[in-house]
Amino acid sequence: MLTCKQFIEELTDYLDESLSGESRAAIEKHISQCPNCWVVADTTRKTIRIYKGMEPYPIPQDLHDRLLAALERKKAAMRQTS
Amino acid sequence: MTTPTSPVFDELALVERARAGSSEAFASLIRQYEGKIFRLAMNITQNREDAEDVLQETFLSAYEHLDRFRGDSKFYTWIVRIGVNEALMKLRKRKQDKSVSLDQEIDTGEETMVREIAAWGENPEERYSREELGGILDKVVQSLPPSFRTVFVLRDIEELSTEETAEALNLSVPAVKSRLLRARLQLREKLTRFFKLKGDDTFAYL
Ligand SMILES: [Zn+2]
Repeated sequence: MLTCKQFIEELTDYLDESLSGESRAAIEKHISQCPNCWVVADTTRKTIRIYKGMEPYPIPQDLHDRLLAALERKKAAMRQTS
Repeated sequence: MTTPTSPVFDELALVERARAGSSEAFASLIRQYEGKIFRLAMNITQNREDAEDVLQETFLSAYEHLDRFRGDSKFYTWIVRIGVNEALMKLRKRKQDKSVSLDQEIDTGEETMVREIAAWGENPEERYSREELGGILDKVVQSLPPSFRTVFVLRDIEELSTEETAEALNLSVPAVKSRLLRARLQLREKLTRFFKLKGDDTFAYL
């Protein structure tokens, strides 16, 4: 049986679903018998899901406008040197 | 079959048109990705003024070097890599006299210690408004050391692969994995205060 420490070392690959079937089965066996590690796996998975679900805020209009203006200046400068 | 209202964002065609000189096409690429690049820049630099510079420098540099984009990766992956480099340069400049190293592997063995064990509900984030939640998530991610934070931001927020993250940060794949693990564990631990089920006590193990 996997120790809790070994479980932690494998956690990232487990959550990213990049473990072989055998390692995966060992992890799943461990968390089915170890409530603490079950909580760690579950709350870490939720942490990742919550961060992934964050949409970026739309950027302020003036920042967008300044970006476009800087691009126009860049284009003018590139035309002059080519 | 694609229709004109197809939700598929045909970025390769846009890049081609931008390369041929279409301002409109490059403006579409900006609109598509500016929010993500700005968020990335804020997350890495943690400084509004720096993040605004990074946003601008990223798109200007992308425009200038558009002919280097090969089309074998996604345009987003390509521009994120430019953005990461710009942001890291800013961060290094800010931290120069504060002896913070981005490259050094900090391994005290402490980071994989788990102290708080408390179950969360199914959708613990629903307890907070969008603004509150955004504030909590930002604050918590900013408390990570820069070397962990950058890896987490690229892997779990910007959703780059482990290999793409390693390439963007000039790290080995095992280094990315090890930092990602510690970043995730630290975030999980810090978020437990906000997301744990009411009445569920926390205790230490490991
Ligand atoms: Zn365990």
